[in-house]
Amino acid sequence: MNDMSDAKTVTDAKKRYSAGVMKYAQMGYWEPDYTPKDTDIIALFRITPQEGVDPVEAAAAVAGESSTATWTVVWTDRLTACGKYRAKAYRVDPVPNSTGEFFAYIAYDLDLFEGGSIANLTASIIGNVFGFKPLKALRLEDMRLPVAYVKTFQGPATGIVVERERLNVYGRPLLGATVKPKLGLSGRNYGRVVYEALKGGLDFTKDDENINSQPFMHWRDRFLYCMEAVSRASAATGEVKGTYLNVTAGTMEEMYARAEFAKSLGSVIVMIDLVIGYTAIQSMAKWARDNDMILHLHRAGHSTYTRQRSHGVSFRVIAKWMRLAGVDHLHAGTVVGKLEGDPATTKGYYDIFREERNPMALENGIFFDQDWASLNKMMPVASGGIHAGQMHQLLTYLGEDVVLQFGGGTIGHPQGIQAGATANRVALEAMVFARNAGRDIWNEGPDILRDAARTCTPLQQALEVWKDVSFDYVSTDAPDYAPTASVAM
Amino acid sequence: MRLRQGQFSFLPDLTDQDIHAQAQYAIDQGWAVSVEVTDDPHPRNTYWEMWGHPMFDNPDAAAVVFEVNECRKMHGGKYIRVIAFDSTPGWESIRMSFIVNRPADEPGFRLVRQEGEGRSLRYSIESYALREPEGRRYA
Repeated sequence: MNDMSDAKTVTDAKKRYSAGVMKYAQMGYWEPDYTPKDTDIIALFRITPQEGVDPVEAAAAVAGESSTATWTVVWTDRLTACGKYRAKAYRVDPVPNSTGEFFAYIAYDLDLFEGGSIANLTASIIGNVFGFKPLKALRLEDMRLPVAYVKTFQGPATGIVVERERLNVYGRPLLGATVKPKLGLSGRNYGRVVYEALKGGLDFTKDDENINSQPFMHWRDRFLYCMEAVSRASAATGEVKGTYLNVTAGTMEEMYARAEFAKSLGSVIVMIDLVIGYTAIQSMAKWARDNDMILHLHRAGHSTYTRQRSHGVSFRVIAKWMRLAGVDHLHAGTVVGKLEGDPATTKGYYDIFREERNPMALENGIFFDQDWASLNKMMPVASGGIHAGQMHQLLTYLGEDVVLQFGGGTIGHPQGIQAGATANRVALEAMVFARNAGRDIWNEGPDILRDAARTCTPLQQALEVWKDVSFDYVSTDAPDYAPTASVAM
Repeated sequence: MRLRQGQFSFLPDLTDQDIHAQAQYAIDQGWAVSVEVTDDPHPRNTYWEMWGHPMFDNPDAAAVVFEVNECRKMHGGKYIRVIAFDSTPGWESIRMSFIVNRPADEPGFRLVRQEGEGRSLRYSIESYALREPEGRRYA
């Protein structure tokens, strides 16, 4: 592909800068011989050119429109070190098994970006270019963020290790549940659910994304009743407990006010929604670092641009941006639950959250080596249609550093919320214990659960009620490369 | 009440064989196992008394079980936990923590509420056992 195009940068300055329209590839946005510098930001786009548009020209156009270019030649380029500021498409590969789609690798000089600002990064990389007419569709698949750039961000306010130290919980996934019904409960009734779930054995309960301050329950009421519930449950069990108080609001001032109130009541964690925007997220991450608070992010809205394979932004890119932005918790899929996520792709997300360094892994959708430069790790949150009977699968797929959120799987238990929470906690502890003791939990999981249920009636009932529940649908976003594929960088 | 701290507090009390299996898992991961004891089980009491140093170069879980039982001889009426410490860069903290001994009677915690303005409350948690001075708690 890379030698297919006849497009060459016009080097004669007089021709290059004479007024008029010229191909992007000729303007210097296509450099097949370019070797990215260690300090370059690299973006990988999936491009689907319109009929008759040369893929190399399309890639050059994406590079141009996401950096310095406009639709026509401008002489003012010559007042700048324009060769440096032009993004460079340097490689275009056909997507395996997808006619008409291409992977375009584009390198950006570090000086194109303001440090410590996701807003600035995204204004370039996903700014104008997604509406560009010569493309049918465009998707940002992955980014390589150089260490020099990573170091300009705070990163997760707390991180997995310190979160565990604060909660005094080690060696097992954390357990949570979202309060249901998500809308309509009064503050007093809402706190009841929190108390029962935490006393029964969960570490966390959670506000849902759209619980803010509505006529049926204003935010102060919710915070007061929830913290009564958290404190009572903590006294009843001798554990540190938490509830994600959602401080999402219409203005930063209001969010700070709510977060301060949560802090004054002794909460260990607050929550925000992705829809508040990148700058607001970074501000809350700074507040959380300054106030010893864990920051939970609910990825409300992400599927509008992450789910379709041909257009939008991959969730792995959102995950990278959120690790830079500085949240501690972020939802990342369950594999086995009710929401989108195939195992290989989800593993890629989890690695981005939790590892010090991500080696290129095309089979997991990770296109670049990424060094996180000692930025804290993010705790992935798995929620949506999971239950105690899947514990062996969850532990195998997702590992230990994860919050498993059983909303329906706690509150929907036939013997009540406390019993539901206990069933989940016993199933979890039994599975971790068995794994550590050397048992093959993938194959013996159901037996391990049955054995644990002998001394735990709530678990017995949970296994019975949800025994046949599974969500087995074809994934809309799987990796393009089989496990054996390799692409030289 | 039953103190729910640690990895396995919702399971039946661990046998010596169970402790051996879990400690061996930690050792096989390259983690240093140690034994700690307290008569103050407050959830934010981070520093339990150390029963010796972490066993950095110990390859055999039998030594852990031995130390647990030595500790029980002196502190059988208190809480004893086994923890595993991982010194890997980027972690450098605890990887496992589980209770291996608890008092026969666990009186639990009192929740103290201090009323403030605007219905605000400040909460604190006190172990009933802490009404007695150190050394005289749990009989």
